Amino acid sequence: MTLAQDHPTRRPSRPVRRRAGRWRLPSARHAVLLPLSLFMVAPFVYMLAASVMSETELHRFPPAIIPSGVDLGGYRKVLAESDFQRWFLNSVIVSTTVVVSQVVLCSMAGYAFARMRFFGGRTVLTLILATTLVPFQLTVIPTFLVFSKVHLVDTLPALIVPQLASALGVYLMTSFFRGFPRELEEAARMDGCSRWGVFFRVVLPVARPAIAALAVIMFIYSWNDLFWPLVAITSEDKYTVQVGLATFQGQHKADWSQIMAGTVLATVPVLVIFLVGQRRFVQALSGAVKG
Amino acid sequence: MSAPTATGGRAGRRADGTASRTRGGPAPGGGPRRRRLAEHVAGWSFAGPSTLLVLGFSFLPMAWALRLSFTDSDLMTGGQNVGLANYRTLAEDPVFWTSLRNTLTLVAMYVPASLVLGLLAAMLLNKPLRGIGFYRVCFLVPFVASAAAEGLLMGYIFDRDFGVVNGALSMAGLPTQGFLADPGQAMYVLGAIFIWKQFGFNVIIYLAALQEIPAETMEAAAIDGAGPWARFRHIVVPSVKPITLFLAVWGLIDSLQFFDLIVTTTKGGPVNSTVTVVYYVWQLAFDMFTAGYGAAVAYTLFAASLAVIVLALALGRRKGSLQ
Repeated sequence: MTLAQDHPTRRPSRPVRRRAGRWRLPSARHAVLLPLSLFMVAPFVYMLAASVMSETELHRFPPAIIPSGVDLGGYRKVLAESDFQRWFLNSVIVSTTVVVSQVVLCSMAGYAFARMRFFGGRTVLTLILATTLVPFQLTVIPTFLVFSKVHLVDTLPALIVPQLASALGVYLMTSFFRGFPRELEEAARMDGCSRWGVFFRVVLPVARPAIAALAVIMFIYSWNDLFWPLVAITSEDKYTVQVGLATFQGQHKADWSQIMAGTVLATVPVLVIFLVGQRRFVQALSGAVKG
Repeated sequence: MSAPTATGGRAGRRADGTASRTRGGPAPGGGPRRRRLAEHVAGWSFAGPSTLLVLGFSFLPMAWALRLSFTDSDLMTGGQNVGLANYRTLAEDPVFWTSLRNTLTLVAMYVPASLVLGLLAAMLLNKPLRGIGFYRVCFLVPFVASAAAEGLLMGYIFDRDFGVVNGALSMAGLPTQGFLADPGQAMYVLGAIFIWKQFGFNVIIYLAALQEIPAETMEAAAIDGAGPWARFRHIVVPSVKPITLFLAVWGLIDSLQFFDLIVTTTKGGPVNSTVTVVYYVWQLAFDMFTAGYGAAVAYTLFAASLAVIVLALALGRRKGSLQ
């Protein structure tokens, strides 16, 4: 900053040199970035490869890198010998319910905090943001006690209810609506639309980009959640995919083909959602910090 | 909020002042006073559900956990009041101190490494670059995939007997390692996996911060003869400092809550070498049913980390104002 102000006249005089510098650099950067990105995704490629290896290939040393053929034995075993389909379905039920609820409730709250002035609004928003500092290990024991008191432990609602709304969702939607032009709503209000009418018919449809980002983030978060499901669920038919994977460790100690097939199946949905929504995902993450 | 009526009145007036064009027009209902009430009701009906859920699942259990930490609750019952006994036990519990040391090892490894690597990678991406979208996606894949799956995957990759890493070591003529099966290495391996997993998040956040630095600033500095290192030290680092502070605090919180990866790799072993404080809380409460003691351990970690975070934020602010 200070450097720029000290010599304002010199700035426009040498644009040529800058451009030349820009031209030369990329190749060098690719030389670092390409291996680095390979390093980041290679384990997943290997996961996919290992999932179609035969048992003998998986138990060889030094291990095989490229599978000699496609052996679907691991997939067959994971689908036949465990409740994997059931776990997958449970995860789908929990995650989609959570996403729908988060989208509706957090949009409503974000809209209220950004647009309406109501008693206690600012204080409550501050409190909601402060909850991000409350770690889950602190709240998990009492939360479990509450759910066991109302006999919801070991049910899917126990997984859903605590995730119906989130501080992150409220924050994302509040900052989105703060930067959202008022004109549309004003026009609708002029036409005699009620607050709810404006929100559901005018605001929500236009808020699609933010909602998409919120949905992607919440799906990923909910799908991957392990701590609470591990605590709240005890019956095998109510496991989520992640809890199911956690039971693989130890139980099928040496059965790597089955484990690798399971991890592939558990990872695919979240990667698909991420790839579809990655632009929104990145925007929301970077916007959340700047806002 | 000490004088509710005054605050409410002021908020209402401001709403009428700034937004009279918005809502003042042909709004249904009577005078301004009734409209103000309607505004409060509308606001709360929109914000109420989320507020109840978020606050209800954080501050209430947080208060309850404090009470539990003074009891001998066994997870089924509330338990008897035992005063400070849990905290006294904790001071002499070797597993607690081991878990604390493991957690601090992770923090010391993860926080600096993720900041430095994240910033360096973000700087590489912070110029027009072909394939930037590809790199961004690659960096974020481990962040997005589940820790449970990654734990299993890494368990195989670092497997002592059949793992790829040992395979590569032996082909290079180097001695194979125990990795996750070696009490002296397991925590460091987990730390490395954690850096790999979270790395993309820091890159994205740093990249957003770097893009806020005006290009002219960097160009002017370059023209004035500032080399890459000088520009990095005197422009980049100070500019992204608030973000560094944010990411440091965030990284601290993240590594203090390190749990998922342990569940699908070492389960705390070998010989407690990867038991973190949070994993220990989980074991205490849901494995050994000493919920009261578990709550005390959780509270001790929380109080300590809150103190560190407040201190870091205060220090960061003071340094910022000095410059």
